[in-house]
Amino acid sequence: MSRVTRFAARDPGPAARLSGFMAHLRANGLRLGVMETELALRALTHVQAADPNQTRLALRAVCTGSAEESELFDDLFDSYWLNGGRVVQKVMPSPQKQGQESVHSSRTANGDTRASGAGKATAPETGKDEAETGGTGKLIASLTNTLMKRDLRDLVQPEEIAQAEIIARRLGVALRDRLSRRRRVAQKGDRIHFRRLMRQSLTTGGEPLRLPRKNRPDRPLKIVALCDVSGSMTLYAQVFLAFLAGLMRSDGTADAYLFHTRLIRITEALRDKDTLRALGRLSLMADGFGGGSRIGASLDRFAHTYARRFVNRRTVVLILSDGYDTDAPERIGAALSTLRKRGCRIIWLNPLKGWTRYAPIAAGMQAALPHLDLFHPANRLADLAALEPEFARL
Amino acid sequence: MSWTDLQSDMAKQGYVASDELSMAVYLALMLGRPLLLEGAAGVGKTEIARVLAAVRQTQLIRLQCYEGLDASQAIYEWNYQRQLLTIRAAAEDGQTGRAVEDRLFSDEFLLERPLLKAIRQPEPPVLLIDEIDRADEEFEAFLLEILADYQITIPEMGTIKAITRPMVILTANGTRDLSDALRRRCLYAHVAYPDRATELAILQARQPGIETVLAEQIVGFVQSLRKEELEKTPGIAEMLDFAAALMGLGLSDLTRDPVALQAALATLLKTETDRANITTEVAQRLAGRAA
Repeated sequence: MSRVTRFAARDPGPAARLSGFMAHLRANGLRLGVMETELALRALTHVQAADPNQTRLALRAVCTGSAEESELFDDLFDSYWLNGGRVVQKVMPSPQKQGQESVHSSRTANGDTRASGAGKATAPETGKDEAETGGTGKLIASLTNTLMKRDLRDLVQPEEIAQAEIIARRLGVALRDRLSRRRRVAQKGDRIHFRRLMRQSLTTGGEPLRLPRKNRPDRPLKIVALCDVSGSMTLYAQVFLAFLAGLMRSDGTADAYLFHTRLIRITEALRDKDTLRALGRLSLMADGFGGGSRIGASLDRFAHTYARRFVNRRTVVLILSDGYDTDAPERIGAALSTLRKRGCRIIWLNPLKGWTRYAPIAAGMQAALPHLDLFHPANRLADLAALEPEFARL
Repeated sequence: MSWTDLQSDMAKQGYVASDELSMAVYLALMLGRPLLLEGAAGVGKTEIARVLAAVRQTQLIRLQCYEGLDASQAIYEWNYQRQLLTIRAAAEDGQTGRAVEDRLFSDEFLLERPLLKAIRQPEPPVLLIDEIDRADEEFEAFLLEILADYQITIPEMGTIKAITRPMVILTANGTRDLSDALRRRCLYAHVAYPDRATELAILQARQPGIETVLAEQIVGFVQSLRKEELEKTPGIAEMLDFAAALMGLGLSDLTRDPVALQAALATLLKTETDRANITTEVAQRLAGRAA
């Protein structure tokens, strides 16, 4: 049994120690605010705070918010309060220093290469991400990036985009054909809207003259597309990029990303009204195009950052990739299962699947299969067009 | 009341709660916060609300969530058909104007749904919002608003403030991610499958007549069954059904009658694949290990 941590004599007291503990939890990725600190203090007044076990149980109920955090909590509690009788010199870490530490620990823990200059502008504005975009990412990224700059204008022709736009629009319509479960007032509908009926009948002395109706409005699905542009996918990138560009232009709610060794959001760039300029902007972002692929890490990053904002249960996530990954295949599986928990549907379009005698033996593809709603071949625009009935069935 | 008192009170009602869970429930009561319980199906999340209502001797109000749940099902609805009839009747009697309108939008015509009912109780009830992750995000946002200040606005009647604060328990089993806002608002406890000793205590609390040897075998069997690759892991309710089935079949030893054991497995295994996976041999092996 580890002994209770001793605190420095000049330390201001229990409240400060507790807020030091909250800072310690925050530095380890728990999302806690001032409200929780106050709640934790109040909670401790209801238990015997001198008993480590009771304090542990009470703080666990207040500070954790999910099963994962609950698992972490015991270790974090031990490392702060039961630190082998060592003296903690400073209860409150200075905020700046703490930020740097969290960057270091997260990097060495999972070898992440999240930092990216290009994605910065559209990255979600959480404190954690800001910390991670600064600094050391370049070193690791250069190990796998080819840093090959390629002008995408050579690759994609404006006519193709126009063609893809038509296809994307048709796919969009197939997905949009969804009805809500709730009813709203409508001109025509299958049921009477009683609430409105009452209101309107008041103006005619209680006589319901007009019968307002309600029906189930459309609930369109939103498309989020993730396109692999690593070396092994170069051949197909032309088709897929044209498709993405078409999709962005036909559907105002769709969202698009590229990934190779990093994940980059390209929605804004592709929405540019001028087709050629859109591709130009894309070329600037697609640093590392045709390089290595880290599907697992990219999907993982997507699931934990952008997906929190853009993916919900009315979303279809479209992954365009061949499944050849340099990461451990379990990462793909884990990332997809996290993504799935958001309630979205996942479609994987694999250009290799179109080959005769193709079997999904790539380890990454194997790991992904159980999490997919639809696994389909696609390497020409015509193949994408053929997806329409499949989409309608989702 | 301390948290250990609460734990023993719940035990008296036949609910054996872990330290972690008792503390979370206790703090939720003391701090007046909603409590979010997460865990696999069949670990007794819903049961806590029932037991807590029994311990506190108050009413249990339950709101079962489902996709498409909306305000008229969760909060309130006017009884429109009755209102229409009343208007017609009033017209016959020659009544008009404000008097009729005031009557139409009074308590008499208001259909209380669980959330409104919960905040209008004179005694603080236990409000169970079951399987919140099945409702959609819109409803979650709505719920947040109510949980923040315990008041509901009905346009025709005005704002209804809570007379007493209900003790709110939310349960979820991970169908989808809940929003951070909701998680932050609540205290949290993760309810896991109980360990062997706890499960034995639960079985003995619910089936007082059971023999110790058989009880230990049953718990050992179910615990090792949970470690097998199953589509649907049996929960506590299934374990209790299993025990009842075995007692009904008059079995006193799991290993003695393979046919009866296999028949009783119907209470534990609920899919065809699981039934096919746990053959007589596997069941006997597990039972032999448990004995």
